[in-house]
Amino acid sequence: MKINQKLFLQFGISIIFFGLIGILINNLTINLIRTGLGFDFSWLLKPASFALAEHPLPYTSSDSYAWALFIGWLNSLKVIVSSLILATFLGTLIGFARTGTNSLLGLISAGYITIIRQTPLLLQLMFWYFVGFLGLKDNMFIQIKNIFNISNKGIELSGLTFSSEFLALLFGLSIFTSAYIAEVIRGGILSVSRGQWEAFRSLGISERKGVIRIILPQALPAIIPGLTSQYLNLAKNSTLAIAVGYSDIYAINDTIINQTGRAIECFIILLISFLLLNLLITNAMEIINRLILKSQRYD
Amino acid sequence: MKPIVVAKNLTKSYTKGLRALDNVSLTVNQGKVLVVMGPSGSGKSTLIRTFNGLENFDRGELNILGIKVDSTHDERKIQKIRRRVGMVFQQFNLFPHLSILENITLAPVHVQKRRQADAEEYAMYLLNQMGIDSHAKKYPSQLSGGEQQRVAIARALALKPELLLFDEPTSALDPERINEVLDAMRRLARQGMTMVVVTHEIGFAKDVSDQVLFMDSGKVIETSPPNIFFSNAKHERSRKFLNQLDKQ
Repeated sequence: MKINQKLFLQFGISIIFFGLIGILINNLTINLIRTGLGFDFSWLLKPASFALAEHPLPYTSSDSYAWALFIGWLNSLKVIVSSLILATFLGTLIGFARTGTNSLLGLISAGYITIIRQTPLLLQLMFWYFVGFLGLKDNMFIQIKNIFNISNKGIELSGLTFSSEFLALLFGLSIFTSAYIAEVIRGGILSVSRGQWEAFRSLGISERKGVIRIILPQALPAIIPGLTSQYLNLAKNSTLAIAVGYSDIYAINDTIINQTGRAIECFIILLISFLLLNLLITNAMEIINRLILKSQRYD
Repeated sequence: MKPIVVAKNLTKSYTKGLRALDNVSLTVNQGKVLVVMGPSGSGKSTLIRTFNGLENFDRGELNILGIKVDSTHDERKIQKIRRRVGMVFQQFNLFPHLSILENITLAPVHVQKRRQADAEEYAMYLLNQMGIDSHAKKYPSQLSGGEQQRVAIARALALKPELLLFDEPTSALDPERINEVLDAMRRLARQGMTMVVVTHEIGFAKDVSDQVLFMDSGKVIETSPPNIFFSNAKHERSRKFLNQLDKQ
């Protein structure tokens, strides 16, 4: 292609691109004028005047919308980080069980992966909430010496309380994601040649030690990219919190939109919140990836 | 003479009724070298892999260094055998993320609980024997195939095994690299190491082996001393195979 033609093509594509953005901005302005609301964020400092069941930091209904949103962001972060850890742990166990030599364990984990992947996450969340926790009796269904209480209010573990909404979301997200992580782990393990297994086995090295010292280090470069995308999915899926009444950033945004009608501003805030959160996850995983590759520089 | 490997009627079938091993019986005494030959798919690799439990079998009995195993594949017994039997593979199977020294010291430190410093000292001695001690700090991918295979031999020797298994150790090497590996194996044989070697190297088999075992379709066709096998094989199938090897 000649340089002139190339320039012309790029110019044309740019016009279409900026044209589309222009149309969107125009629509936005027209809609804002129609609703009688200017594009404005000053309402953020007004009192939210709604209560939040869960708040890791002090919060009352007289606090600002901005503070309520921040609490929501913290609630999201709390459930995402804890699900991420639990899902990775479960997924690794199941992934290894699936590839291992024990045929019964392999069958069970294959069944687990199939059932979890073939049903909607929303359904699973509802299951954990309504069947798992609300199905329990209201006062101390299981109680062990005041240290561990489980009831329809949630779980109390030596002073720390976890609401049934948080737990339903934690279990739902972790178990759902663990099935996908298990497949990522399995793919990584299968990427290591059979000869590596035979080599460590022939040296009398136990399965556990061989997996940790020989197989996993070689499987990690194949695992990390898949793991990252599962983590990002988990973060985005956490917005289903609204279904079980957990006050995450999305649920609080929803309440604020209902109260103030500031849908566009709220969605921009939501967009930026998730962009920030997922950039955080992506960058953290990128750093881990680089550390692994650096420690494995063979030549 | 002390028997190191005794196999009795080893049989292994695949699902379609094909036999990988069909009533294989053999004995290898201490300090002897058995060379296993046969066309590809004849069961030679499967056979030596049963010796250290990398392959299971359906019927028969195996006695390795006095440890008896049968088709139940007792993990504890197999683990005991693996600590006393070394193996060298066609594709070397070195651990690519570990240095040459770490490749060799891993099993002595983690399986035999030897001190790191002692394991390293012995590893350096072995690398010196193999003529590659200058590569100790390098990684496998920085070495040639022949050098990698000599590291693999050193790794197998690090546990001071009483039996060494070689599964086509020179088949993946460039022709000009084959001799450096065969020479290392010749030295081991001279030092009295008991070895079972799956190979197509006629020269090596003639010089070093005490017995040649010829297999086809999972069966032992004949077992003869090399001077008889290569000049006057008893069996028609063996002669046909040797003719084909000569043409190559």
